Amino acid sequence: MELEAAKMIGAGLAAIALAGAGVGIGLIFGNYLSGAMRNPSAAAKQFPNLLLGFALAEATGLFGLVVALIILFAF
Amino acid sequence: MASNPMHQFEVYRIGPEIKLGTVNLSFTNPSMFMLISAITILLLLFLGTRKKLAIPSKMQFITESSYAFIAKMINDTAGSGARPFFPFIFTLFMFVLFCNMIGMLPYSFTVTSHIIVTFVLAAFIFIAVTIIGFIKHGIKYLQLFVPKGVPVVLLPLIIVIEIISYLSRPVSLSVRLFANMMAGHTMLKVFGGFVISLGLLGGWLPLGFSVALTGLEILVAFLQAYVFAILTCIYLNDALNLHH
Repeated sequence: MELEAAKMIGAGLAAIALAGAGVGIGLIFGNYLSGAMRNPSAAAKQFPNLLLGFALAEATGLFGLVVALIILFAF
Repeated sequence: MASNPMHQFEVYRIGPEIKLGTVNLSFTNPSMFMLISAITILLLLFLGTRKKLAIPSKMQFITESSYAFIAKMINDTAGSGARPFFPFIFTLFMFVLFCNMIGMLPYSFTVTSHIIVTFVLAAFIFIAVTIIGFIKHGIKYLQLFVPKGVPVVLLPLIIVIEIISYLSRPVSLSVRLFANMMAGHTMLKVFGGFVISLGLLGGWLPLGFSVALTGLEILVAFLQAYVFAILTCIYLNDALNLHH
């Protein structure tokens, strides 16, 4: 296989990381919502933790993007 | 392709070339935008605290609420022992926030979308936290790598994992901010390119997406500055309050 083609396929495969990030973000917001419905008085206090979890989960997907960019441009 | 979405991250020289031996110290567009962010922060804080009114003006309100926001965050995550580090974390938060936000203006440059900028910030935090931990606890700081209540059989494995996770902190901290900013700005430019290539008839859909993404990016710009600051507080908490 051509090296160029293999690079493209590898970069595309690295985008699979986004599936995990999607599951993670969904879990965080879903669980926050169900927790907030059960105990609305505690919801506001946990909002910073929600944002923290969202940002951490989103970043893992972006690591996949960094891998894709390294494959495409650094080699 | 109409234009390269990576073109926005190009670093070029402004003004004369300054060389110190083999090191290139020229004034570039990242340096200019760092200077702009620093001046904006200084102006905001200076004008906000010039007239101290009991009923604050808008400027004074922004200044005071940003102060209170960071002070509360440090108190909640790192305890009252981290109070002396308030100026450092406040500076860090404001610098990252303003670099991200000024990068959202069209035709400007996002300083934090370059990994070297974020890595220097993260490496500084990592080294500082390690030194603070050793100053405060001496050699006992190494207890950080030995979690409580772990069976002795598992300890050799756990210690190795803990050390690797400790050493990967600066990498994950810097790559998180850099990847978020770079991915967001690339995505905005790719959708902008769709508007041009689809023309007057089909270009409205990507234009709408572009507007929505700009809103999301402003949220991400704030969120990443917040996460950067709060993770610094969490690392500081590890160094100051060993095993609580």
